[in-house]
Amino acid sequence: MIETIVSLELPVGEHLAIRRNRICYREDIRSLGRVAIVSGTHGDELEGQYICYEVARRIAEQPQHLVGVVDIYPALNPLGIDLASKALPVIDMDMNRMFPGSRDGNAMEQIAAAVVDDLIGADLCIDVHSSDIFVQEIPQVRLSEEFAGRMLPFAKLMNVDVIWMNATATVHEATLAHSLNIMGVPTMVVELGQGNSINISYGNQVVDGIFNVMHEMGIWTGEVPPSQLPAISSDGKVEFIRSEVEGIFLPRSKHNHFVCVGELIGEIVDPMTGQVKSRIAAGKDGLLFTLRNYPVVYEGDLLARILTGIM
Amino acid sequence: MHTHEIYTVHSIYREDMKIVGYTFGQGERSACIVGALRGNEIQQMYVCSQLIQALKELENNNCISTGKQIQVIPVVNSYGINVGRRFFGVDNSDLNRAFPGNSYGEQDRRIAHALLEDMGSYIYGIQFASFYMEGEFMPHVRMMETGYQNTSLANLFGLPYVVVHKPAPIDTGTLNYNWQDENTAAFSLFTKTNREIDEPSARQAVAAVLRFLKRMGIIRYDSHSGYISHVLYEQDLSDVYAGHAGIFLGLVRPGDDVRYGRPMAEIIDPQEGTVRETILAPTDGIVFFAHTKALINQGDIVYRLVHRLHE
Repeated sequence: MIETIVSLELPVGEHLAIRRNRICYREDIRSLGRVAIVSGTHGDELEGQYICYEVARRIAEQPQHLVGVVDIYPALNPLGIDLASKALPVIDMDMNRMFPGSRDGNAMEQIAAAVVDDLIGADLCIDVHSSDIFVQEIPQVRLSEEFAGRMLPFAKLMNVDVIWMNATATVHEATLAHSLNIMGVPTMVVELGQGNSINISYGNQVVDGIFNVMHEMGIWTGEVPPSQLPAISSDGKVEFIRSEVEGIFLPRSKHNHFVCVGELIGEIVDPMTGQVKSRIAAGKDGLLFTLRNYPVVYEGDLLARILTGIM
Repeated sequence: MHTHEIYTVHSIYREDMKIVGYTFGQGERSACIVGALRGNEIQQMYVCSQLIQALKELENNNCISTGKQIQVIPVVNSYGINVGRRFFGVDNSDLNRAFPGNSYGEQDRRIAHALLEDMGSYIYGIQFASFYMEGEFMPHVRMMETGYQNTSLANLFGLPYVVVHKPAPIDTGTLNYNWQDENTAAFSLFTKTNREIDEPSARQAVAAVLRFLKRMGIIRYDSHSGYISHVLYEQDLSDVYAGHAGIFLGLVRPGDDVRYGRPMAEIIDPQEGTVRETILAPTDGIVFFAHTKALINQGDIVYRLVHRLHE
């Protein structure tokens, strides 16, 4: 059943409405396990659109196997998705830095608070993000160490390539995941692909993982494909490679493969002069799990990440 | 007056973005004043420019106290100002959420780090800031309740109000919060506007800073004593919300004395011209903040009132 969890008028003939599709075929909802799949907090991260679609499609195909509740929230920032904008339009703020929101705040803070209210009570929340428009990522779960003990068993079932603990700001304070975890809703962030696009293969990999988790939780009784074992890392084993100069970045290596020390990852060039300003080589052996796709770079921009110590 | 470059951003096709500090006097690093961290903080930049003029004249008249140094940084995000964008760079980063920053990360973090390295050793830090909700304020000094805040010191600016704000998780990345972490007594000053120049409140802001510097023995200067500030906690402000969206016609402005039940604003249907809502004052008080944009969303805060205070 599609329900509107919060709706506010916009100035001219439109509402900003956050909708949830609650999928459940049984009456005794309160006694059933409940999984929430959340996406679209950043309007330029669209991988979750396919994942939400595919989860709903597979359940509809075999409804007899669903013995719990699956809540799908495909678009927490529908105006941002409409404009391919990461931030909330009009106020130009990152929604994923506004949680848990406030019932007494401005309109967008009220919306954030309503989302959190609606998610409370879920046995698991999966917050699906793409990478941004600048770098591409392999499917991964990001956990803060604060909640890793509770979340790691779920994360291992997610069929992702990497579990990255104590990762970036996506799991830090003021995010949906951090706020829900603090409030007792086990929440993990899944990140994959690249902004403004959909990688169906990665999407299917994560959807398999979601059904695997639901099977383990007793919400899904259908068959699930075997799940791969992820590499588990902490920040100490992730090597960041950043640009040392401004210019145009040309990747010279393939994303999602093992690189050896000295292997060329990319070059930063000057189109005006035809010169190579910088050659970027791997400093360690490992999995190239992040690679920049957006060509224009400043000093300090992220070019690649290598997960070391797993070969 | 001396100038020095605090940080330089290199871009492939734009000229360098240079963050320049203007210093007056020599000796103990007494006070640092910062203007536009965001690209829409035009009033903040203007106030700093006028302050530089005033300090230049004071220095020429030997009115900077011996052994005291003052620094003014009028502009940080000049790239944003020049293209009409509030935030910095292609990834649209809010520089006032990038503190304390670091020396090895993305440009926003490096800028924040360089600024804090340069400014962290000052005894007093004054930032001309802007609020996430666009609108007009009563001029005030804003402080975060970090345990280091000192409202008695804030009183010395002689502005009408001092507001103490309990920091939310999102505030931990601001300059004010991190300045206080560095043991700098940090104050955020708000004048009436951001994008537009409001000359009277700009003059008031310049006078407030000079008054503070005089009272702390940093300059020799004769000035009016200003206000004995009314200290209030942000949570004590009475918020007035829009029950409908539409065209916003405000009937009162910051500083106005309103009475319970009197009309404060009308929200007009943008197509038919009918009055969708007449917003009535929920209490007696002084208007502290007013929404000023032509359009309003349902649920937005239209006014903040200082409850039961009269002129």
